[in-house]
Amino acid sequence: MAPKTSARICGVGHSMKRKEDPRFLQGRGNYIDDHVLPGMLWLDIVRSPVAYGKIKNIDASRALEIPGVLAVLTGKDLEAYNLHWMPTLMSDTQMVLPTDTVMYQAQEVAGVIATDRYAAADGVAAVEVEYEPMKPVIDPFRALEPDAPVLRTDKEGQADNRIWHWEEGDKEATDRIFEDADVVVKGKMHVPRIHVASIETCGCLADFNPVEGHLTVYMTTQAPHAIRTVLALVAGHVGLSEEKIRVVSPDIGGGFGGKVPVYPGYVIAIAASVVLGKPVKWIEDRMENLQADSFARDYHMDAELAANADGKIRALRIKTLADHGYSDAQASPSKFPAGLFSICTGSYNMEQAFAEVDAVYTNKPPGGVAYRCSFRVTEAVHCVERMVDVLAQRVGKDPAALRAQNFIPKDAFPYASPLGWEYDSGDYHAALNKAKEIIAYDELRKEQAEKRTEGELMGIGICSFTEIVGAGPAEQFDILGIKMFDSAEVRVHPTGKAIARFGTKSQGQGHETTYAQIVAEELGLPAAHIQIEEGDTDTAPYGLGTYASRSTPTAGAAAVVAARKIRAKAAKIAAHLLEVGEEDLDWEPGTFSVKGAPQKSVTIQDAAFAAYTNPPPGMEPGLEAVNYYDPPNLTFPFGSYICVVDIDRGTGEVKVRRFVAVDDCGNIINPMIVQGQVHGGLTQGLGPALYEEIPYDEDGNNLAGSFMDYLVPTAVEVPAWETAHTITPSPHHPLGAKGVGESATVGAPPAIANAVVDALAHLGVRHIDIPITPDKVWAILNEKGVAE
Amino acid sequence: MAKHRITVSVNGEECRREVDSRLLLVHLIRDELRLTGTHIGCDTTHCGACTVLLNGVPTKSCTVLAVQAEGAEIGTVEGLAGSDGMHPLQEGFQEMHGLQCGFCTPGMLMTGVALLDDNPDPSEAEIREAISGNLCRCTGYVNIVKAVRYAADKIGEGD
Amino acid sequence: MIPPQFDYHAPRSLEEAFALLGRLDDAKVMSGGQSLLPMLKLRLASPAHLVDIGRIPGLGAISETDGFLKIGALVTETQLERDSGVSARYPILGDTAKVIADPVVRNRATVGGNLAHGDPANDHPATMLALRAQVVACGPGGKRTIAIDDFFHGLFMTALAPDEILTEVRVPVPPAPSGGAYVKLERKVGDYAVAGVAVQLALAGDGTVSQAGIGLTNLGFAPVRAVEAEAALTGKKPGDKTVAAAARAASAAADPVEDRRGPVEYKKNMARVLTARAIRKALARAAGG
Repeated sequence: MAPKTSARICGVGHSMKRKEDPRFLQGRGNYIDDHVLPGMLWLDIVRSPVAYGKIKNIDASRALEIPGVLAVLTGKDLEAYNLHWMPTLMSDTQMVLPTDTVMYQAQEVAGVIATDRYAAADGVAAVEVEYEPMKPVIDPFRALEPDAPVLRTDKEGQADNRIWHWEEGDKEATDRIFEDADVVVKGKMHVPRIHVASIETCGCLADFNPVEGHLTVYMTTQAPHAIRTVLALVAGHVGLSEEKIRVVSPDIGGGFGGKVPVYPGYVIAIAASVVLGKPVKWIEDRMENLQADSFARDYHMDAELAANADGKIRALRIKTLADHGYSDAQASPSKFPAGLFSICTGSYNMEQAFAEVDAVYTNKPPGGVAYRCSFRVTEAVHCVERMVDVLAQRVGKDPAALRAQNFIPKDAFPYASPLGWEYDSGDYHAALNKAKEIIAYDELRKEQAEKRTEGELMGIGICSFTEIVGAGPAEQFDILGIKMFDSAEVRVHPTGKAIARFGTKSQGQGHETTYAQIVAEELGLPAAHIQIEEGDTDTAPYGLGTYASRSTPTAGAAAVVAARKIRAKAAKIAAHLLEVGEEDLDWEPGTFSVKGAPQKSVTIQDAAFAAYTNPPPGMEPGLEAVNYYDPPNLTFPFGSYICVVDIDRGTGEVKVRRFVAVDDCGNIINPMIVQGQVHGGLTQGLGPALYEEIPYDEDGNNLAGSFMDYLVPTAVEVPAWETAHTITPSPHHPLGAKGVGESATVGAPPAIANAVVDALAHLGVRHIDIPITPDKVWAILNEKGVAE
Repeated sequence: MAKHRITVSVNGEECRREVDSRLLLVHLIRDELRLTGTHIGCDTTHCGACTVLLNGVPTKSCTVLAVQAEGAEIGTVEGLAGSDGMHPLQEGFQEMHGLQCGFCTPGMLMTGVALLDDNPDPSEAEIREAISGNLCRCTGYVNIVKAVRYAADKIGEGD
Repeated sequence: MIPPQFDYHAPRSLEEAFALLGRLDDAKVMSGGQSLLPMLKLRLASPAHLVDIGRIPGLGAISETDGFLKIGALVTETQLERDSGVSARYPILGDTAKVIADPVVRNRATVGGNLAHGDPANDHPATMLALRAQVVACGPGGKRTIAIDDFFHGLFMTALAPDEILTEVRVPVPPAPSGGAYVKLERKVGDYAVAGVAVQLALAGDGTVSQAGIGLTNLGFAPVRAVEAEAALTGKKPGDKTVAAAARAASAAADPVEDRRGPVEYKKNMARVLTARAIRKALARAAGG
């Protein structure tokens, strides 16, 4: 689609170069660790080496002898202020610092405050903690056994380790279909615990002014406004009041959902600043980040598909065990404890579905964050896309053909899914056909057949995902009761330049550019003249933040609505200046002209000037507007990905030869940025598919607690992604856009897994859990007698 | 613990400091010299966010002591742009969308600049290999590769 | 991650270094620091003194004299990788340098340090075992030459005395025709080897293997020389059966432990697979010149 605006205005559809880039490229970004305040102290954290145990004693005397170490804070110290516990964003509870028991390895045990980071680190090494280790519960299945020890004895009425049970769909109707279906295929799969591993870790700088009772917290947060409110709610009793709390989220070095939760380190830093009356900085290191911060995924799924003999899918049934670790510290909407897992029927038209999830406590770090995923969509898509391949194998159909056979047809939108969603728009056949065409699918199948006769292992994997993003309609969606709207405030200055502020927070997505383009599209002001600000709760309008691909669907829509309000007012001013009625005006981006007399015109800049210097009689001066946008529905981006892999029969290594991603995220605001988001998402899908996992041994030791074993792919492992688009606008978003940040993270893992299984399908292989590591593949090759 | 007097040249400017034995070069650069473009992303010499040029050679500054840099010329991201604007590689990163959150970018740039000095016409495979000590979590590397090629072509045109 | 406190010393001569090592308690020698500094940051080591040999002149050269390729203690992996003489005549060394850590680390990591660290997960030990190298160590008592077979004593333990410094690695110039290769399986760039195999072969005029060296990386408590595998090749024409027998013997010599890189069975099999691949590559190189 050709852009409607000129290159000068650079509205929607232009690949505008990013406005934020010059500062990042010249070392002028302003990340959390770049902040320094006079008199600033450092917090470093003593962490538990054991996964479960009693704290017998904490001896800080040696630490306090170290020059520069000022204080050592323990749970007992915080208990005096009733700050030793905090709520999670899922209304569970979590220790800030323990008073008697540690519940997972790397849990915060004490905070050392010192004059610099070197002294703080020495202090941490010198604090002596005596533990009485207890046998931890690591396996989530074990956690549900009747004789398993109850871990959360702190919670009243908690008689076992179950956190909640959630289910969706008509169980009886689904069961009936399974009883009389021609074909039932089953699969057992684990989408393992992984970590966002943004290159910047988490941190904060808490600055409490004891004279004014004012707290400023600079912190790595994707949701600064919500954090401010949470702080006011949980720390009101120590005098923190919401008007005296300012949360500033500076430049963020990658978030991906990991910077949504509140971590104990933030609270300890704030408490230390309040107690000491000085600014306190906390920057976690990589090992703390990987070992203690919120994990993602960790869903154990038993899935079944019921189908006709010809492969027509009739029903889906999934039983899931969710390992949440010590606390349910995910950040899902409160009515959706299993997030949007009920998108698990995917792109397929079926009669019924039933999904259930049981969440359990174990002695692992808390979490369940939506890592570049709109709340459990990754798990859901992985499950259905793997199962569709299992079905294709069973009925002897090509997986592309089986998908096409079962897709929700284009004319069925808006489509009511059996699990209660109304998909806004889609054309799944178009996306799959395009991907097949680009990768030359039929030729690949021929090549594969030839390779097989020579004993070579090559696989082709498809994933045709449907995402559900843009949370969300206030009626259903909230975080701790705060509705999941988002906001934009646009002010046009007298000289025709503008500033727009948002309730969201970019972590690399390029909001400073795309939001400017959206406002430019609506107002006809050059995007270059529109400054975008986010992240400062003192200045930005309230919003729920950036995650779940929600910024474009919510705040982007708010920008459109706010800008349209401004344009409506500007039209009145233009009519006044041109001495005609408003209805006599035409609008071309940036210019109002008189119908039939286009030479009589005023620009948006003229109107802006007049708004301050010559407003029409009776009109309120100024030119600004704000909108809090409550989306009428979620958006449903989709796509078809096809991956080709080659397997080394000697080592079991999987090489991704080609990967074609056809995405449909509705109308595209900045094609360059959208492509970049897809590239990044694909890479974050490749990681968990082949490399990344955080496993634990039976004692609860994290086995991938540094970048030595948490294998973030380098440029050598990552293939040259090939991307393309189809465009099916969202009917309810004011720009027809859908959000794209997470599609590729969701869609890539099953495409890769399907390709590997496809390479081995003729040997009878039906499923391999991700990450598909060389040793796993080799074991299969060896078992099947085809290893080199 | 003994202090060491060191003299280093940072982006062409001479700096004298008294440092502890254990002060890491990255902390000298960030905390003492307040050049915060150089970042820290891991503790185990894997991520490369702290990459600077030490006598022209890309070096992970979290794994070098400040005192080891005595007498050295240190180049950081802040020194790349000249009076005539950004370095061709910086320009390439913007043109090719080679950065998103920007956190790994300074390290990538320093590695990339050194690559182009050594090999003015690198292939895609050579670029990927050269930047494989620098982790990026946002871009998927495709556009970083393009950015390096952009700079190679641009520098090549000038010859 | 912050290293513990220590005192730093940068001697300008070997003599000064020996004096320091003799005088200081609990001192550790550092060259490139790419293994040692991460250990300090993780507080896995906390020496009271670091003696940085990086400023001692004369230790940074590569030369071919007296029938040896001589690699100075401060020669970096990057230097080795880019040396045209090395890549032409000792391709096994180029193979090795190229897969150590990552390119930025290799700019500081040294060949000498890679050996002196005594880590069986490092790559040069296997290569040097295959090449029958010698390590030159200097100390207050003078200079001695240690055969590589006698150098590695176990995890992080070598034949170097506390007051000795590894100053040079000597690789005998291989007879012609010879060929060598290092094949490493790693999970991703920057990883230690799941398994690595170094093979250096010399061929007699009749095409039989006159001399074989095979070293294994990360497949034992110390770097492993696969003696039986060498024997399986020596004096034979290396056809498929012979190569397979040698590969099996290398696998038998491997004594890995299970970790995140895989179970024992996998690693032992990788020793076999990689040995076969390294032998074929070495043979191809020998045939090519």
